[in-house]
Amino acid sequence: MITFTLNGQPVTTDTAPTRRLSEVLREDLGLKGTKVGCDAGDCGSCTVLVDGRAQCACLTPTARVAGAQVETVEAETPELTRLRAAFLRHGAAQCGICTPGMLMAAVDLLRRNPTPTEAEASNSLGGVLCRCTGYRKIIAAVCDTTDAAAITTGGVGAALQRLDGAAKVAGDLFGADVVPESALTLKAIRSPHHHAAFTFGDLTAYARRPGIAAVFTAADIPGVNRFGVIPPFADQPAIAPSPVRFRGECVALVAFEPGVTPDLSDFPITWQELPALMAPALAETSALLIHANRPGNRLTEGRVVKGDAASALATSAHVVEGEITTAFVEHAYIEPEAGSAWMEGDVLNIRACTQAPVMDRDDTAAILGLPVDKVRIRPSAVGGGFGSKLDVSLQPLLGLVALKTGRPVRMTYTRQESMASTTKRHPAEIRGRIGCDATGRITAVEFDGRFDTGAYASWGPTVANRVPVHASGPYLTPHVHARARAIHTNGPVSGAFRGFGVPQAAIWQETLYDQLADKAGIDRLEFRILNALSDGDQSATGQVMQATGIRACLESLRPHWHRALAEAQGKPGRGVGLASCWYGCGNTSLPNPSTIRIGITAQGDIVLHQGATDIGQGSNTVITQIAAKALGLPVEQFHLIGPDTFLSPDAGKTSASRQTYVSGRAAHDTARALRAQILRLANASDAAALLLNHGTLTVTEGTTRRDIPLASLPKGTDGYVLQAEETYDPPTAPLDGNGQGKPYAVYGYGAQLVELQVDPTLGTVTLLNITAAHDVGRAINPQLAEGQIEGGIAQGIGLALMEEYLPGRTENLHDYLIPTTGDVPPIQSILIEIPDPEGPFGAKGLGEHVLIPTAPAILNAIRHATGAKITRLPALPHRIRAAIQGAQP
Amino acid sequence: MLFARPDTLTQAIALRAQGCRVLAGGTDLYPGAGDQLSGDVLDLTAIPALRGIISGPDGLRIGSCTTWSDLAEATLPPALIALQQAARQVGGRQVQNAGTLGGNLCNASPAADGVPPLLALEAAVELTGPDGTRSLPLGHFITGPRRTALQPGEILTAITLPSRALSGRSAFVKLGARAHLVISIAMVAARISLEQGRIVQAALAVGCCGPVARLLPLDLTGLTLTQALDHLTPAALAVHLSPIDDIRATAAYRLEAAAELLRRAVTEAA
Repeated sequence: MITFTLNGQPVTTDTAPTRRLSEVLREDLGLKGTKVGCDAGDCGSCTVLVDGRAQCACLTPTARVAGAQVETVEAETPELTRLRAAFLRHGAAQCGICTPGMLMAAVDLLRRNPTPTEAEASNSLGGVLCRCTGYRKIIAAVCDTTDAAAITTGGVGAALQRLDGAAKVAGDLFGADVVPESALTLKAIRSPHHHAAFTFGDLTAYARRPGIAAVFTAADIPGVNRFGVIPPFADQPAIAPSPVRFRGECVALVAFEPGVTPDLSDFPITWQELPALMAPALAETSALLIHANRPGNRLTEGRVVKGDAASALATSAHVVEGEITTAFVEHAYIEPEAGSAWMEGDVLNIRACTQAPVMDRDDTAAILGLPVDKVRIRPSAVGGGFGSKLDVSLQPLLGLVALKTGRPVRMTYTRQESMASTTKRHPAEIRGRIGCDATGRITAVEFDGRFDTGAYASWGPTVANRVPVHASGPYLTPHVHARARAIHTNGPVSGAFRGFGVPQAAIWQETLYDQLADKAGIDRLEFRILNALSDGDQSATGQVMQATGIRACLESLRPHWHRALAEAQGKPGRGVGLASCWYGCGNTSLPNPSTIRIGITAQGDIVLHQGATDIGQGSNTVITQIAAKALGLPVEQFHLIGPDTFLSPDAGKTSASRQTYVSGRAAHDTARALRAQILRLANASDAAALLLNHGTLTVTEGTTRRDIPLASLPKGTDGYVLQAEETYDPPTAPLDGNGQGKPYAVYGYGAQLVELQVDPTLGTVTLLNITAAHDVGRAINPQLAEGQIEGGIAQGIGLALMEEYLPGRTENLHDYLIPTTGDVPPIQSILIEIPDPEGPFGAKGLGEHVLIPTAPAILNAIRHATGAKITRLPALPHRIRAAIQGAQP
Repeated sequence: MLFARPDTLTQAIALRAQGCRVLAGGTDLYPGAGDQLSGDVLDLTAIPALRGIISGPDGLRIGSCTTWSDLAEATLPPALIALQQAARQVGGRQVQNAGTLGGNLCNASPAADGVPPLLALEAAVELTGPDGTRSLPLGHFITGPRRTALQPGEILTAITLPSRALSGRSAFVKLGARAHLVISIAMVAARISLEQGRIVQAALAVGCCGPVARLLPLDLTGLTLTQALDHLTPAALAVHLSPIDDIRATAAYRLEAAAELLRRAVTEAA
C-alpha cells in the first residue's frame, strides 16, 4: 500500500510500485486534470508538484511519492486561483491540453518567486510544450501579478475571455478523459516497415488468451474498408490488408479486458519487408506503383494558367529563379488521438477528439456498413488539431470493436503511434522563375511544385489544387503558369496542416521576391506595396478581387520596417525580413456549407447549436459573439450545444480558416432570421431593442414596448418556442482546365516582419521581434485573433528552423523538435479591418494565414543578415552555416 | 516482481546482488517503458548517503543520486560552474528535479550533459559491490554509447572530484536547434586556471562528437588566452574526435562547432 497526500487529502493506493504516477492519478484516483502527452518527459503536460517541486508524473514511480505531498491542477491554492484568472484574462489557454502542466509549473515558480520576469517565467516553463499559443500569452499571464478584471461581456469587437475557458483552466475533458464503465482497452498492431507484406499466425488461439477479449483484422470490417476526406480519392483502409503501404499503418486490433496491462509483444504476425519508394522524384518514374490505378504514382495535379508566362519572362527586365525543398512536418498537438465508443441500443456512440464530426460519422458508417443515423459522434474537447484530426484515426477502430463485441471500448494512441500513423505536412520541392519589368512591376510567375503526398490520398488533392491558385502570392501578376502535383510514396500520409501547401509555396515565392526586389533596386517592402493586389484587380484565376487587404497590411508595417532596418544598421548578424500572405477561406471551388440553429426555450434560455468544432481557436466564443450581436441579446444569455451529430446541425469541418467566416455567417443569418421572427411578433422594425428577462422577451422601439411571455408561445418539435436555422455556403465557382474561375468567396491577407540575429560562426538564429499585420476583415474577438497570430507564428518558426519528421527516427517529442517558451520572441499584432461583404460583420478567416509569412520572413531576414540563401528546410544550424559559407565570395 | 526502495546502501547492495535493475531518477528508464517498469526494481533514491555533495580533504564527493536541481542550487567552487550550467540545461525543470547525476552516467548517452563537465573535473566514479568499493576514472567507466564498465552486482555510489581539479573556473556550452529541452548537436566544457595572464591548468572536454564524450589531450599550459584560442581549431580537434552525420548536423559542422564552442567556453571560463 502506498499512502500520500493528494491536494491536501490523504490517499492510499495498492497499485504496482513502479506504475507511473500519471496513470495512478488518472486511472485509479480519477483525477483526469493531469494530462499525458508523451509518457517520456518530453512535453511536460503531466507536470505535478511533489513536495512542492515540479515533476513529470509520467516519469515518477508511484512508490516514490509515499509520504509526500502531491499537488495537481485539481488543487485549490492561492497561486492556482490567481493563475487561472490570469490565464483566462490573457487568453493563455487555447485548446487547454497543456494548461494543467503549465499551471503547475507556474505554481512551482510563483512559490519561489512571486514576481517573476519574462525570462524567469520562460525558463521555468521551458519544460512544458504548447502547440497552440506561441507561449507569449502564457508568459504574460504568469508574470501578471495584478488582479485586473476580465472582459466577460460585449459583442462583436470585444476581447471577451473565452466562453469555454473555465473548463480549460480546471483541466478539460479530452479524448482520453472520459472512460465508459468496464471499457475494453484497444491496441493496434502497426507496421514497423514502410512497405511490407504480412501473414498472421493463429489468431484464434491468440484471441483465447486470458485477458484478451477479441482480435480484429481487415477481414472483420463489415462495410467498405476504405476512407478518405475527398470521396472520389478515398483509398485508405481503416485496417490494412497485406501489404501495408507505410510505417505505422494499422493491420490488426487487440481488445484487452479492463484492468489488464496490454502486451502485444508476441502477437502472431510475420512481416516480409518490400522495397519502399521514399523519394517522390524516384516515385514519379518508378515502375512500382503504390496504387495500381495511379500511373507515375501521381495522385493528381492542379494547375493555373493565365496569359503566357514563358514569353513574359523572356522579355522581363529582371528574372529570378530558385528552388526550395521542405520536410514532412508533424502537427505535434499535445493530445495524442484518444476516445471511446459504446452502443446505445442500435446506435454506435463515439466520443473522440476530432475536427470534423460529420465526416467522422460518414466515414465510420461506411466502413462499418451502418446507416449514418446509427452513428453518433460526440466530440470531446480537442487537444490541438491543426489539420490532422480532420481525417478519421481511431473512430472506425473503436466503432468496429463496440459494434462487434457490444461492449464499451477505449483507445489512446501512444505518442509514437500518433506520430507514425497520422498525417503530416506535405514535403515540397518547388522550382520556378519570377520576373518584373524595369519599374519593378511583376510580369510573370512560373511555378512547378512536387508534393510528397505519402501512401494515401488524404488531402493531397486539396494541396495540389490550392497551391497553384496561391502561387503568385497577393501580388498583381499578369502571367502565371503554376502546376502542383501530389506524388505517392511509402512515406507517412500527407494531409491537411494549417495552410494546405500554401506555406511551402510562400517560402519559395517570398524568398524570390526579395531577390527580385534587390535586382530591381527597390526596397523590399516598397516592392511588395508596388505590386500588392488591389480591389478590382484580377487574381491568377481571373477572379476580380474585393476587400483586398494586403496593401493596408504592408503599409502598416512601414514605420516598423524603417525602425528595424535602422536598428540593424551596422550590427553584424542582424537581419530584417518580411513576407506576405493571402489565403482563400473555405474549400477550393467546392460546396462548403455550414448550418447553425438557435432556439429559445419557454424559460428564456437561448440555445445556440454550435456545430463548429472548437479545437482551441475559439469558435465557441466567436460564433456566439456573432450570433449575440446579430440577434441583439447579450452573449451571457446564450447556452452552447456543441458539435454532437445528434444535437447540432452540420457546421462543417474546422479547416481552411472557414469557421469564423462560413459558420459565423451561418450564425449571423440564423440570428437575423430569429430576430426577424421576434420583431414580427412585436410588429416592430429592426431598430427595436430586445431584452430577455425571466422568460419574457421585451421588444422596445422608441416609446413602444411589447412584452412577449415566452411560455405563451407554442412549442416546436425541438422544444423551442422560437427557433431559426440557416445555412450558408460560400458563393464560389468551379475552376476550368486552366484553373480559371472563382475558387473562394473570401480571402484574408497578412504580412509579417521578422528581426533576428544570426550567429554566423555557428549558424544559429535568435529571433528578436516579430511584427504581424493581418487583415481579418473584422476582429470579432481581438484577443482570440492575436492568439491565432501568435500560435501560427510559433508553428512557422518551427517550420523554418527546426521541424523535420523522419519516419522511424523522429517519432517522439524528444527528437522531433517543436518550439519551446524560449523560441518565440515578442510578437506585436496589428489587426487590419477591411470588411468583406460576404463575411459576418465583414470578418475573414485567419487561422492558417498567420503561419504562412513566418518562415519566408525568417529566411529573408537570414539572407539580409548574412547573404545566405537557404533552399532546404528546416534551416538547421549546419544548413545555415553552409549557406553562409556558400554566400561568401 | 520485486520493488525495493531501501534506505541503506548495505540493503541496496544485497538487492543488487539478486539481480534487481537499478532505478534512480527514472528520467531515462520511464521513456519507452509501458505503464510501469518491468522486472525487479531497486530504487536508490531513498538512501540518504547517495544524495548530496560533501567536501573532504581529497576533494568533492557527489552522491550518485544527487539531482540536477541539487547541483544547480548548491554553492560550489567556480570549477564546478560548468556542471551547474549543465544541470540547468538537462531537460526542463521537471526532469532536473528528478534526474540524477549517477543515472546520467550509467545511461551513457553520447549526448549525456553531465559527462563533459565531469571529465574537465577529472572525475572518477565510485562503484560499490558485494566485494567492496572500487574507483574508476570517468573516461574508463563509459566505454561506448550506452555501455559502461559497471559490473553485475555493482552500484554507482558517488562521483569524486580530486582537489587538484577544483581550481580555476569552468564553463559549459551546449548547442542545439531550440532554446529549451535541447538534445545537443555538440557540447563542451572547459576549466581554466590563469595566473598572471597565462594558463596554468586547462581541461577541455567535448560531447556529442563521437561515441563517447572526450577529454581533449591538449596542453595549453603556459599560453595566454589568445594563444590558447588560436589552438582550438577544427583541424586540431579532428584527431581527437569522431563526429558523425545524423539528423541534427553533419560531422564537418560538428567539428567546426566544437572548436567554436570550446573557444567560447574557454573565454567564458577565463
